[in-house]
Amino acid sequence: MSVSTGADGIKDVVTPLSDADVTSLKAGDRVRISGVIYTARDAAHGRLLPLIEKGEPLPIDVKGQIIYYTGPSPARPGSVIGSVGPTTASRMDKFTPALLALGLKGTIGKGYRGQPVKEALRQHTGVYFGAIGGAGAVLSEFVKSATVVAYEDLGTEAIRRLEVDGFPAIVLYDCHGGDLYQDGQKVYAREDG
Amino acid sequence: MREVHVSAIADAVKKLCMDANWSLEPDMLRAFDRALGTERSAAGKQVLTILKQNAEMARTRRIPYCQDTGMVICFVELGQDVHVTGGALYDAINEGVRHGYQEGYLRASIVRSPFDRVNTGDNTPAVIHVDVVPGATLKIMLMAKGGGCENRSKYTMLTPAAGLPGVKDFVVECVKTAGPDACPPLILGVGVGGTFEKAAILSKKALFRELGSPNPDSTLDALERELLARANRLGIGPQGYGGDTTSFGIHILSYPCHITSLPVAVTIECHAHRHKEVTL
Repeated sequence: MSVSTGADGIKDVVTPLSDADVTSLKAGDRVRISGVIYTARDAAHGRLLPLIEKGEPLPIDVKGQIIYYTGPSPARPGSVIGSVGPTTASRMDKFTPALLALGLKGTIGKGYRGQPVKEALRQHTGVYFGAIGGAGAVLSEFVKSATVVAYEDLGTEAIRRLEVDGFPAIVLYDCHGGDLYQDGQKVYAREDG
Repeated sequence: MREVHVSAIADAVKKLCMDANWSLEPDMLRAFDRALGTERSAAGKQVLTILKQNAEMARTRRIPYCQDTGMVICFVELGQDVHVTGGALYDAINEGVRHGYQEGYLRASIVRSPFDRVNTGDNTPAVIHVDVVPGATLKIMLMAKGGGCENRSKYTMLTPAAGLPGVKDFVVECVKTAGPDACPPLILGVGVGGTFEKAAILSKKALFRELGSPNPDSTLDALERELLARANRLGIGPQGYGGDTTSFGIHILSYPCHITSLPVAVTIECHAHRHKEVTL
C-alpha cells in the first residue's frame, strides 16, 4: 500500500500507485504526494496522442504514475524549479482517457473535467487531484528535483520528471464517481444565478 | 514638446513586468484579508491563507506568484505634448517585456502564431493599447494577464430589450461558467456599450481600478455591488472547493452605443491579479 493516513488526517500518497491505492482515495481527501511525478501539458499531450494511436512506446512509462498539468517558470540559479502551480485540466480531457487506459493512475490540475474523463477514472481506476491554482511559489517548495525527460524543445511544456516530497493536493474526482466540486459548492450555494 | 527616450520606456516596462509578477499590489493583499474575515468555508479559508503565504513567498524570494506569468497587456496614456525619441514606442515596450521576462526568470508563454504555436521564447509581443491624452506625461498601466482565466472571458451582443436584467444575468452566468477553471476568487472587468471591440477593451481597462474602491459613477457602483453579492451567493468559493468568496470585485466601464446594440464583454481575471503602473 502506498497510501497511509497521517496523524493529522492527511493521506500520504507515494508513487507509483496501485488500483487498491486509488480505490482508497475519496473526493475531498487531503493528500501529500511523494515520489516521482511527471509534468505534461497541452503541447506534450499533443505529441503523446499520435504515439498512443499508433501503438508506439511513449517517452515515459505511465503505468502507476501521476501526470501533473503544469508548465513551470524558469528556475533561478541554485533553485530546483521556478513557480509550479497547476494549469486548467480540461484542456487535456481529449487525451486523458487514452492515458488512463495505458495504466496512468492519477492527474493533478485544477478545474472541472468532462464526463468522458469521469467515466474513464471509474473504468480504469484513476484519480484526479487538485493543487491550488496560482500558488506556484508555495508549491515549488515541495519539488526536490526536476529533470527534462522528453520534448526539451517545448521549453516550459517539456515533459519533466519531478521528485516531490509531501506535495499538497486534494482529491477532486475519485474512482467511485465522487466529486469535491459538487459536494463543496452545494453547501454554500444560495442562488442558482 | 517634452522628450521621452525609448530607453526610459523599455526600462520602466522591464521593471513593471518583474514587480508585477513578484509582488501583488496592496489592493489584492487587502482583498485576501477581507475575505478571510467573511469566508465560512474551512476549505475556502485554507486556500485564502495559502494564497497569502504564496504572495509573501513570491515577494521575498522574487519568484513569480503564479507560474503562468501571463501575456503582457499595456494601456498607454500618451500625452499629446510628449515626443518619443530614439525609436518606436511599441518596440520599446516589447524590449522592456523581453528583458523583464528573461532577467526576471519569468515564463515565456507566448507563441508566435495561433496556428503553428512556436514559442517566441521571451514572452513578446505585448498587447498594447494607446490613448492620446492632453498633457506632457506618458503613463503605462501594465498587467500580466493569465491564460486560464482569460480563456473564460466572454462577449455577448444583447438586444436593447434585454436591458439591464440581461446584462446582470450574463455577468453572473460568466462567473458560473468560469467556475474553478479560472482560479477564483475572481475579479471581473465588465465593458458595456460601445461596439464589439470597444466593449472588450473597456472590460480589460476596468480591471486597473483599485480593488475595493468605489466606481466613480454611483449607478454603476450600485450595480457592481449587486452583481458581486450575486456572484458570491453561487457557492463556488476559493478554487471552487465551495465557499462564499467566489469574486473579490466586479468593475464596470460603460460607453455610449448604437440604438440597436447592447454589447457586453466580461474579462475574467484570477486572484493572480498582477497590475502595476508608472508615469514617465
